[in-house]
Amino acid sequence: MSGNRTFDSPGPDSVYRAALENGAFRIQKCGGCGAHIFYPRAICPACGSTDLGWVTASGKGTVYSTTIVRQKPERGGDYNICLVDLEEGPRLISRVVDAPPEEVRIGRPVEAFIGELDEERVVLFRLAEAG
Amino acid sequence: MAHMLRGAAAVVGLGLTEFGTLPERSHLEVMAEASHGALSDAGLTVKDVDGLFVSNFASPFLALQSAEYLGIDPAVLDSTNIGGSTFVSHVQAAAMALATGVCNVALIAYGSTARSGGRAGQGRGPQVRTPYEDVYRPRNPIGSYAMAAARHMHEFGTTRDQLSSVAVSARAWAAKNPRAEMREPITVEDVANARMICDPFTVLDCCLVSDGGAAIVMVRSERAGDFPKPPVYLLGIGMAMTHDQIAQMPDITVTAVAKAAPRAFEMAEVSRGDIDVMEFYDAFTINTILFLEDLGFCAKGEGGALVESGAIAPGGRLPVNTNGGGLSCVHPGMYGLFTVAEAVEQLRGEAEGRQVEGAEIALCNGNGGKLSSQVTAIFGTGAAV
Ligand SMILES: [Zn+2]
Repeated sequence: MSGNRTFDSPGPDSVYRAALENGAFRIQKCGGCGAHIFYPRAICPACGSTDLGWVTASGKGTVYSTTIVRQKPERGGDYNICLVDLEEGPRLISRVVDAPPEEVRIGRPVEAFIGELDEERVVLFRLAEAG
Repeated sequence: MAHMLRGAAAVVGLGLTEFGTLPERSHLEVMAEASHGALSDAGLTVKDVDGLFVSNFASPFLALQSAEYLGIDPAVLDSTNIGGSTFVSHVQAAAMALATGVCNVALIAYGSTARSGGRAGQGRGPQVRTPYEDVYRPRNPIGSYAMAAARHMHEFGTTRDQLSSVAVSARAWAAKNPRAEMREPITVEDVANARMICDPFTVLDCCLVSDGGAAIVMVRSERAGDFPKPPVYLLGIGMAMTHDQIAQMPDITVTAVAKAAPRAFEMAEVSRGDIDVMEFYDAFTINTILFLEDLGFCAKGEGGALVESGAIAPGGRLPVNTNGGGLSCVHPGMYGLFTVAEAVEQLRGEAEGRQVEGAEIALCNGNGGKLSSQVTAIFGTGAAV
């Protein structure tokens, strides 16, 4: 029996990171069930298909929940942590970084951009206009 | 026909260490002290044990370490880790191993010096990194639970005072428990005005960090009457999980208890009204509210009002966390086994000063990770079998 190869190398994790380095926030879309998927997987968690392609995320999302991590000013001060529902469906954890953390409220529209945290490229969010 | 695990195994030994600060001790020493206590309680020694169930944060070979340390010759060895619910899941694994004759005497044990020894005190090695979560520094697990609380408040109007009443109730129970670490009464204002950690949680919404250990001994029911203490029978148990990373939890206000509990109730052949006392893994105040809802003791969204009514406090109709819980009694990093320990004391009638009179059936809910895994166990006295 031959080996079971479900995706071309490099793996989805590496493909995602390479795109991020090139300034693109990409998520997967399942050819089997149409679900959008984040974080990157080898198998669709919704239907089990391995027919996974890549699409560029619109970056539009809504705050699903939020908290303020309290931290002494000398250690960098308070910061936001939030869960964002992307308009394509997946939810991810991130930070809204362009506003005081008190202004990040559940239900607020946000938009993604690619920034850096601890010298690592990551998806961050800023508050967006409603509609 | 009854499920083959219903009433098949029973707890016949319980050991608890002192709680609080246990300086200059290793996590293995604390585990060993609790284990010796549980075996002595059952009139047994380590030489009688042939099933060992242990876990901690990231000692990958803890089962080997522990069996060697204790001098146990095991036929079953298990150091699964599904978070703090693990030891309740061990009750399921032990009952299966006992019922099928794979082992005859199961020891489930935990010890840690999370307060005195920090990470090393819990045997903690390198953390497994969740790359799509850790990079944002969400102060896990607190940040994840805080976002569950924030969403619950947003969707259902749950209030700051309702969260606080969980902590106030836990403290009121702890005041009756000589073993509990935090026994000074607190008010809802005290909780709200304490130092903010992760909104909406103040430090009093968060469980303790303690040194301490617990252990239980389980045997097949056919010989459960041969030990000094009244046996506490496992009637039903159910396990479920929803996610590892909090962003993958389908609905952050609905825990896997909604899937685990029906499995436990069905196996136990009891209904909610039969439960006399409940012990939850209350890592944070929101846990108790979520679990009451997901167990079906009130509708989704009404847990805040239920706890505010005083129902779970001493004298209430639904006694919860009668030892003071992880919020006020003890919390050495992983709390699951302490829910079982308190259920055993209640069902033996040994819960001095805090005994729920006539308690025959107790429900434990172990929680693990970031509301990730849930294990619901229902125990009963001989009369309940
Ligand atoms: Zn699919």
